[in-house]
Amino acid sequence: MTQVPEPQPTDSSATPTRSADAVVVRGVDKTFDTRSGQVQALTAIGLTVSAGEFVSLIGPSGCGKSTLMRLIADLDQPTAGSVTVFGKTASRARLDQDYGIAFQQAGLLPWRTVAANVGLPLELHGATSRDRNARIEELLDMVGLSDFADRYPDQLSGGMQQRVAIARSLAEKPDLLLMDEPFGALDEMTRERMQTELLRICAETGAAVVFVTHSIPEAVYLSDRVVVMSPRPGRIQQIVPMALTRDPEHAEALREDRAFFDGVTAVREALHTGSPVPTGARGVENR
Amino acid sequence: MTAENLAPAIRRRRSAPARELVRWGYGVLGILVIAAVWELYKFLGPADGVVIGEARVLPRTTDLAMPHTWDMVTRLFDPVSRSATANPLWLEVALAALVTLGIAAVGWLVGVVVGFGLALIMQRWKLAEWGILPWVILSQTVPLIAFAPIVRSWGSRVEIGAFEWQDWMSVAVIASYLAFFPIAIGALRGLQSPDAIHTELMHTYGVGWWKTLLKLRIPASVPYLLPALRLGAANAVVGVVVAEVSTGMQGGIGRILIQYAGQASGDPAKAWGPIFGSIVLGLAAAGSVAILGAILKNYRRVEINA
Repeated sequence: MTQVPEPQPTDSSATPTRSADAVVVRGVDKTFDTRSGQVQALTAIGLTVSAGEFVSLIGPSGCGKSTLMRLIADLDQPTAGSVTVFGKTASRARLDQDYGIAFQQAGLLPWRTVAANVGLPLELHGATSRDRNARIEELLDMVGLSDFADRYPDQLSGGMQQRVAIARSLAEKPDLLLMDEPFGALDEMTRERMQTELLRICAETGAAVVFVTHSIPEAVYLSDRVVVMSPRPGRIQQIVPMALTRDPEHAEALREDRAFFDGVTAVREALHTGSPVPTGARGVENR
Repeated sequence: MTAENLAPAIRRRRSAPARELVRWGYGVLGILVIAAVWELYKFLGPADGVVIGEARVLPRTTDLAMPHTWDMVTRLFDPVSRSATANPLWLEVALAALVTLGIAAVGWLVGVVVGFGLALIMQRWKLAEWGILPWVILSQTVPLIAFAPIVRSWGSRVEIGAFEWQDWMSVAVIASYLAFFPIAIGALRGLQSPDAIHTELMHTYGVGWWKTLLKLRIPASVPYLLPALRLGAANAVVGVVVAEVSTGMQGGIGRILIQYAGQASGDPAKAWGPIFGSIVLGLAAAGSVAILGAILKNYRRVEINA
């Protein structure tokens, strides 16, 4: 049996009410048992995501970025180490609905209208239909789909479906959003528009985001920090802070900003250094 | 703008009632074609049928073996027997068909409950799936004819207080035995159909098996369940007809099928009455499920990924 230590409040910020850190990952290893033996998916991962911070996980396939996100979501359990979300165990945080989640596929229920899909988590948790409808209206307004409340998912484009999924992930007003390549299946135009919208939504809600992607520009454009991971075994290669000044009025202009290109260069170099040879210090956070 | 320019736009799509009419038209046409082939063979074929070697590959074309289609139809409106008080044949067939349909409905309902219940158990516990599924499949290899009299004799021994086991109940049990199978298999597939993304989503919402079942698995099972229910309905009708024959139950269409077939040497067209009756019966049973499908049409939507 593997040991999952209870979170120990080691610093003053980890109070039970509201920790300053959205996610704290300490010394996490994850191995999967497969037919051909054990596969080391993650090793010695340490990462802290502050409240309201936008952190992207980037790296080649098999670097464990999705696995790391799944550990935070309590969809998988770490083999060793601890994951805390707002000072609680990942499992407690899941049951308390402290995070919202969106996947690469929208994952809408095809038999439910857009409004009913967005309201699903509220319905499951017993919100009254009046509260629910008010919240659904608010959320659909936020993602710009108010006119589509009564449509069914198969009547929407991929981008619209993904917006519904994002609205759904925000339903319980979570302070943390977990997103696993949510725009991966969209075309480039839609993707850029969705990125800008996501930034606006995050600014509105003040939620922290853990965003899995394999697009360098996407990571740079969205993030406060980019966590560069490398495979076999999955580990944190480097954490690259972004120094972009965000101006909500001219969000798109950022894509042609000098700082944006610098960020892209920095992340690319981090991705290409060391990926064949493991460096000495693994998973060290170098902020 | 000329008429030619307009024409494609107008022709592109018929209105909904018109399309419905066309569908029915094709259905009627199909029946007429079968009748025409029947009459054509009867007209052209040799009286003794087509015989290759010892085997007759096509039937005799005498009025005894192949009555004219119009004779079969007109026979429906003649009295069933020579007695002065006799009902017309179609009414006799219809009454028998109603009895059979009622029993089939009971059998179908029992089959739905048992089949869906088994599917739920098998979905909930993987171990149960391994344990039960082979038996479910094996159950269908037991020949119904062998099985029916046993059920009847068991039934005749059941007597609880004022409740006495009726013959029709044995027939319904046998029908449910045929009906539950496609329903159990279809429901299991349907309940297992949600993708990992959906079940994981429910997990992230922190809800248990029961709510996942109600909000995700049961709605998702509808597209699998509807064809299974239709198959189950058709099976229930077949089961009732066969069981009526093999248990010797009176009043249903299975009984008159045998009875009129015995009279076919004197009245060949009469035997076709209950045959048509059972066809209509099967259509009615399957059609009732189609109504269910229309009610549940939103659950038949499928996910289209971006």
